[in-house]
Amino acid sequence: MPELSRGEVRHLADLARIDLSDAELDHLAPQLNVILESVASIQGVAGDDVVPTSHPIPMTNVFREDVVVPCLTPEQALAAAPEREDDKFAVPRILGDEQ
Amino acid sequence: MTEAKLAGSASDRRPTLIDFDTVLESFDPAMGLEVHVELNTATKMFCGCPTGFGAAPNTQVCPTCLGLPGAMPVVNGKAVESAMRIGLALNCEIAEWCRFARKNYFYPDMPKNFQTSQYDEPIAFDGYLDVDVDGETFRIEIERAHMEEDTGKATHVGGTTGRIHGADYSLIDYNRAGIPLIEIVTRPIMGAGEKAPLVAKAYVSALRDLVKALGVSDVRMDQGSMRCDVNLSLAPKGSGALGTRSETKNVNSLRSVERAVRYEMSRHAGILLAGGKVLQETRHFHEDDGSTSPGREKSDAEDYRYFPEPDLVPVAPSREWVEELRGTLPEPPAGRRTRLQAEFGFSDLEMRDVVAAGALDLIAETVEAGTTPQAARKWWMSELARRANDTGVALDEVGVTPAQIVEVQRLIDDKTINDKLARQVFEGLYAGEGTPAEIVAARGLAVVSDDGALTAAVDAAIEAQPAVAEKIRGGNHAAAGALIGAVMKAMGGQANAARVREIIMEKLA
Amino acid sequence: MSWIRKTAAEQADALAAGEVTSVELVQAHLDQIAATNGDLNAFLHVDVPGALAQAAASDERRSAGSPLHALDGVPIAIKDVLTTEGLPTTAGSRILEGWIPPYDGTVTARIKAAGLPILGKTNMDEFAMGSSTENSAYGPTRNPWDHDRIPGGSGGGSAAAVAAFQAPLAIGSDTGGSIRQPGAMTGTVGVKPTYGSVSRYGVIALANSLDQLGPVTRTVLDSALLHELIGGHDPKDSTSVPTPVTGLIEAAREGAKGDLSGLRVGVVKELQGDAWAPDVVERFEESVDILKKLGADVVEVSLPSFVHAMAAYYLILPAECSSNLAKFDAMRYGRRVTPEGSPSAEEVMKVSRDAGFGDEVKRRIIIGTYALSSGYYDAYYGQAQKIRTLIIEDFRRAFESVDVLVSPTAPTTAFPIGEKVDDPLSMYLQDLATIPANLAGVPGISVPSGTSREDGLPTGVQFLAPVLEDARLYRVGAALEAALLEQWGGPIVPAAYQSKESS
Repeated sequence: MPELSRGEVRHLADLARIDLSDAELDHLAPQLNVILESVASIQGVAGDDVVPTSHPIPMTNVFREDVVVPCLTPEQALAAAPEREDDKFAVPRILGDEQ
Repeated sequence: MTEAKLAGSASDRRPTLIDFDTVLESFDPAMGLEVHVELNTATKMFCGCPTGFGAAPNTQVCPTCLGLPGAMPVVNGKAVESAMRIGLALNCEIAEWCRFARKNYFYPDMPKNFQTSQYDEPIAFDGYLDVDVDGETFRIEIERAHMEEDTGKATHVGGTTGRIHGADYSLIDYNRAGIPLIEIVTRPIMGAGEKAPLVAKAYVSALRDLVKALGVSDVRMDQGSMRCDVNLSLAPKGSGALGTRSETKNVNSLRSVERAVRYEMSRHAGILLAGGKVLQETRHFHEDDGSTSPGREKSDAEDYRYFPEPDLVPVAPSREWVEELRGTLPEPPAGRRTRLQAEFGFSDLEMRDVVAAGALDLIAETVEAGTTPQAARKWWMSELARRANDTGVALDEVGVTPAQIVEVQRLIDDKTINDKLARQVFEGLYAGEGTPAEIVAARGLAVVSDDGALTAAVDAAIEAQPAVAEKIRGGNHAAAGALIGAVMKAMGGQANAARVREIIMEKLA
Repeated sequence: MSWIRKTAAEQADALAAGEVTSVELVQAHLDQIAATNGDLNAFLHVDVPGALAQAAASDERRSAGSPLHALDGVPIAIKDVLTTEGLPTTAGSRILEGWIPPYDGTVTARIKAAGLPILGKTNMDEFAMGSSTENSAYGPTRNPWDHDRIPGGSGGGSAAAVAAFQAPLAIGSDTGGSIRQPGAMTGTVGVKPTYGSVSRYGVIALANSLDQLGPVTRTVLDSALLHELIGGHDPKDSTSVPTPVTGLIEAAREGAKGDLSGLRVGVVKELQGDAWAPDVVERFEESVDILKKLGADVVEVSLPSFVHAMAAYYLILPAECSSNLAKFDAMRYGRRVTPEGSPSAEEVMKVSRDAGFGDEVKRRIIIGTYALSSGYYDAYYGQAQKIRTLIIEDFRRAFESVDVLVSPTAPTTAFPIGEKVDDPLSMYLQDLATIPANLAGVPGISVPSGTSREDGLPTGVQFLAPVLEDARLYRVGAALEAALLEQWGGPIVPAAYQSKESS
């Protein structure tokens, strides 16, 4: 397991949209490396013949009928909005492009 | 991100565009088309909220599609069925087992900050669609068709342009968030050469027809229920290689697809011929001048951290289900066109015009409703096409039904009205004045065949134009046209022209 | 003896017999909460008017002869991880401070439909990340046995509330031991049902493929009563198993008779050794001896992949939670922190998330982001999912030769508050024995096994059963419980919370 540098931790925090301060980086980066070092032990434990499990109880084809159910009212939907304008959520200016 | 990056580099602002024929002398284009089709299911992909277009903001949301803490998704079975039918119609394999995956990225119009999509296990894969361009058939290979969900819609407020850059803040309506989407991705389309722009357009058009025939989407590009991204690259002529591609997003009309390919070919060639390198980037298409411009650079380097959606279980369609769905597929559009052309007796040229105008289904319905193919074609391709063009709507939205056309044609056939009066009947139909018969009565459009009125009008015309009358008496029967015209004019176009000619001949010949 | 000392089953019987009203029961528990919550901080929110109104409605149903359920009128507490319409739900996080959900989770809805008055919401480690409840943004919960010690976690609030007679029943959630380990720390019973057998709809997800709601009570029978009430298929949860949960109450009553003859019990070889405190092991061995006396065949079994369970868990969980917690971006709900100037949405998200999340949440989000990154996915997340397969295989093989597995629930008794906050790895070790069940989806129960000779604090013993065989846990758990109660001459109760009348 390669050790995570401060820069890498900052990059990961950026990806996760967390604005880590320098003090937080100092505090968290060594802890993260300790954790990563301990979980790295699983590398190579299971070979190619082992099928990964994403669901502990195997099930398939769980579907819903295409039938409309009642929605929230706009009041309910917007009740917790930090900011709103009429019946829309107001958010700060968006920099990036839509995907 | 700095403002300079937002504006793009100098060469992006003023790209050197190479003449299309010159591009083809040096390069082979390769295209990849990614089309998103919004399904017309009653409810969203993962919750029971309705999907209707144009509802009041945030009235079609629930804890699941709003991404509230604790809410969970449940797959809409109808959407899975629609996805499989699209896959089958595109000659794809249907996965025996596949999963949904989370595509992780932050964006305010996406309630969970991940999109539930499919990653390396699409529901349908390895298919093709044959398209015709000027009599040449191109086989477009389909890499995959997968299921995913739409995002909400942001409106940008403030600034000067109303566009995303420079806005003060944004307003979000999540009604569209979670509406089922099928993304259909082609393999690189190579070898189209000078026809590349037309092939791209023909593919999107054919895909639209096919999806429409399946009845699984409205495929309205103007309303966003079908959206297209165009990938394009150039490689040195004859090299068989793939160059660096640009990805032009949201190209949302058939004409724009063709223009976007053409523009990007010219732009790429401009860069390559000057010894530059094409940037692999996302670009925006501009409807006004058909150009493209660079999108904002992504700081996240496109690492979407896909992993299987743990709140959903795998989709494993039984082969019986797949075959049952295969049985519900409509006649493939290309085969249907060949069949209808033969049945209707249209020439190749007529057929091409009909298809290009999007009139084939309407003509078929009109014939079905009880008129001849030629009559149906005449009205849809002339009067109604003109109306659609003048009012800027699609042909099937001009407000006239196949049944009404049949009735108009019947009024002509029994000589109640003539072709010219029929146009006034259509005007009445556009205005919603009632049935064709009611419009004829209300507007007093019926042709006059009463000999008394016609004889009086003929007498008046002869008196007004003695020289013409003299010519007819002298055996020049063609001169009768002038008198007929005068009578028609005097009677407001409502005279039975054939009877008028008979009366003139009785009097003068 | 006051009503709060009674088990839920006894309270239900008293309601049915007309010996007490639901309003009296609820008021007695509210009084206990008022008297003790200042010390314990087990409840984050107490709904006095709501609980009393629900109790009054329950009493009306009783007098009309139409109770909704055997437990109609018996009060309950709900871990703050489950949504409750109209009641604040924070998951112990600052970022959700003041959030009032517009909808009920399925288990909340089932509790309401059965007429149990909801006393309030219990404290927890932020987003259920932790084993001590110290990671709550609203202050730690204290262990009723010793106020300077942790009550376990993440569900320390529910466990402490039940141990301190603030509630006879509580809902917990268990992702890697968050119901069972607090049970061991507080001398209470906690059950993690088979994955998918209790709906997760409305549970603020930590790790979707591991999370499961379950009962927190003082007796095995009470857990069975609550488990049957909340369990069963839910079409709103795609991972909900269609098989109904039945026979649990019957199994608990049967087990209490004390006959385990024919039951094959496997002691897990990998859950022994130096990591286990001697006083914990002593109590554990005593329990195993009792099982033998009750007629069980006890053998040692090996589940070799257990040694990798922790590492796999601390990759799968962070990966899933890094994605789950992305929704907390201060755009639609939650606390928005706006920096100076005219920040972009992206900047507001970053600052709000930094201010709204605690250290452990940040650690796990960053680890998860790393584990899912392209280039690392196969080596970490992919590998962890394979370990999961190996652990499932180990369980399958073990259950060919035994009916249930047994181990101590936690390696130590409750440790002092503050001891491990900045030592994540040693905190993670608390869940050594409980994690494998979550990875494999099998059910588990923790039953009090006595108190430590060293520090007088409670210890717990854990049983694990095959998927959907939850009833086996109740049979063996109730048998051990009955034998121990007889040995102790009554339940073990924290000194400060012993009944003044009965002491």
